[in-house]
Amino acid sequence: MDNIAGQKSSLSLVTNASVVFLVLLWLIPTVGLLVSSFRDRDQISETSWWTSMFPVESAFRVQPDAGGATQEGDVFVLTGNVFGEDGSGTVSAFGIAARTPGAAAPGQTIARFRVDVDKAGEIDNERIVVSYPAGEAPTFPATDDDGNAILADTAVLDRSLSIVGNGDFTWTSGKEISRAPSLYFIAESPPDFGLQNYRQILTSDNMDRAFINTLTVTIPATIIPILIAAFAAYALAWMDFKGRGFLIAMVVGLLVVPLQLALVPLLTLHNQVGIGQSFVGIWLAHTGFGLPLAIYLLRNYMVGLPRDIIESAKVDGATDFQVFTRIVLPLSFPALASFAIFQFLWTWNDLLVAKVFLPSNAESWVMTVKIADDLLGSRGGDWGILSAAAFVSIAVPLVVFFAMQKYLVRGLLAGSVK
Amino acid sequence: MSPILQGILTIAFGVGGCVAYFYGSNWVLDKVIFPPKPDDNGRNINRATIVRPWLFLFPAMFALGLYLVYPVVGSFYRSLFNRAGDEFIAFGNYTQMFSEEGFRIALFNNFLWVLVVPAAATFFGLLVAQLTDKLKWGNIAKSLIFMPMAISFVGASLIWKFVYANDPDIGIINALRDFFGAAPVDPLQIPFWNNFFLMVILIWIQTGFAMVILSAALRGIPEETIEAAIIDGANPFQIFFKIKVPQIMGTIVVVWTTITILVLKVFDIVYAMTGGNFDTEILPSYMMDYMFRDDGRATAVAFVIMIIVLPVMIWNIRQARKEM
Repeated sequence: MDNIAGQKSSLSLVTNASVVFLVLLWLIPTVGLLVSSFRDRDQISETSWWTSMFPVESAFRVQPDAGGATQEGDVFVLTGNVFGEDGSGTVSAFGIAARTPGAAAPGQTIARFRVDVDKAGEIDNERIVVSYPAGEAPTFPATDDDGNAILADTAVLDRSLSIVGNGDFTWTSGKEISRAPSLYFIAESPPDFGLQNYRQILTSDNMDRAFINTLTVTIPATIIPILIAAFAAYALAWMDFKGRGFLIAMVVGLLVVPLQLALVPLLTLHNQVGIGQSFVGIWLAHTGFGLPLAIYLLRNYMVGLPRDIIESAKVDGATDFQVFTRIVLPLSFPALASFAIFQFLWTWNDLLVAKVFLPSNAESWVMTVKIADDLLGSRGGDWGILSAAAFVSIAVPLVVFFAMQKYLVRGLLAGSVK
Repeated sequence: MSPILQGILTIAFGVGGCVAYFYGSNWVLDKVIFPPKPDDNGRNINRATIVRPWLFLFPAMFALGLYLVYPVVGSFYRSLFNRAGDEFIAFGNYTQMFSEEGFRIALFNNFLWVLVVPAAATFFGLLVAQLTDKLKWGNIAKSLIFMPMAISFVGASLIWKFVYANDPDIGIINALRDFFGAAPVDPLQIPFWNNFFLMVILIWIQTGFAMVILSAALRGIPEETIEAAIIDGANPFQIFFKIKVPQIMGTIVVVWTTITILVLKVFDIVYAMTGGNFDTEILPSYMMDYMFRDDGRATAVAFVIMIIVLPVMIWNIRQARKEM
């Protein structure tokens, strides 16, 4: 018994730390996709989402208009800013070749010269690239890459580029500048967050249509089973008749019947009676599949209502129909809400029933089918689009979830703990 | 007709139809068929009372019969016929299926899923429920871990596809490998273990469910039993394993079986993550491969799932009957 206070505080520290760890573990996947859905699509592949708050360094190529070139002595000079007239940014490195876009630091000059080299006694002409502080004289290495001596006094300027940090550049060429030169530089671009991915999937990728389809499937498929189930639940809870026990057992049994079993026979049946693959068909299917849970939840709740109220109403001459609509139904609101949330989440998130009972074309795809069958295939690597699509489909259930969590928990408890 | 208009009409028609049916049928029963007569009042009321429950039950029983009972029989019947449905081949679909490796892989993988997912989800659920029990911010923590329950299996698959992505700049798994200098891998293509990476997704979703129910069960444990244990000098671990867990064993079993049933139904994750490639097929996704192509085979797979579920169904019914 001694030292129990001390034990408690160290234990609670461990508890807190482990819960923080678990919560983070559970949240990170979702947060990653959520952050990415707001990022510029090029930046998603440049840097990871956990560093997305920081600027992205990437290489650029600009080709300034050669029209402004002037002649200075025996060289031609073009000046300007790599970010354009209105742009701004910070150059962190630059170069004159696509292979080495970051060969020189800002404030330096990178230049290509023609020089003579001594190839074991034989004089050859070669191009070499050197970088040196801007405004100073170039310094040449003693030998080239192959170890041949460079005859520095023979150097003739081919072209040179100086860029300072703010993007101002000076391009110098030994020949007249007729074509736009290619300037390479590396700059940080600020984190680019925005709604562009959402705008794109909703306007050009047909996700808006899928959203409306999901809504169209969900709402009738949530409301209709509630009504049918409520009457049945009342009968099973408060009316005496032969076979009641059997029917309750049947409902409990049907709770676990795999949906897979229903697909082929019902689709065949729908085709035979002319419903086919249509919204009417999926509403009926969801109604049928949702009923066992609805009846089970509502009956369990209604059985628990106080007997006195119902019996005194009956003594006062109320019919079963009146007792049901005036007393039992209003009192059962929490259970109705629980089931409504279940059914809503289930039909909204369903892929299986939608794939089977709705036609497979762009007009009738619901969001889950749209993502699984269309976007994952055609936009496989485009994480900006995929993540935005995922969050369009997740948003409504999440709102419902956080707003009505109380009823959801209550429903789960009523449905599972016996 | 636009689907929205059709939807509104359906709600109006469905709700109106239900109300009209229930109100109308009760009215007909009370006023037309068995009107209370002055001389013979009691008899007709009694007759109406016998009929009325069936009026209340009829729509639900009809829908249940058509959409859940009939398919059990209908699927089995269909599974005895060939692909086109015109030739009776008895158990041909089943024997053919069991002789194919694809089906055996799916069956084996499904066995792994049933073994791992309910156990892991229940374990994590119990862990979180216990840890957050006395925590000040426990409710916030619980609702965050519960959150994946609201996300569709497809949405969750997308979320985890992102985690498993090959590019170390996108997938956090490969970013960690990259950090320690290992080459990137595609977790979904590692034989055998890729099944477990897919299971993680369902565990991630279902832990919240287990947590909510087990948390309520933990709260329901009588305070005295725990106090008595503390007075007797039990340490927190003993209290948890020897006092609390035995008292909520019934609930743990319910959670376990509920998740087991779910595991046998979920095809979305495999479908969206790997499409059943790299030997990750499970029975529900295997069935969807044959849906629309070979109804005989598809119904045979569905019936195999039904047979696996059957023991749980019987157990549930017996539990329910015990309480009545």
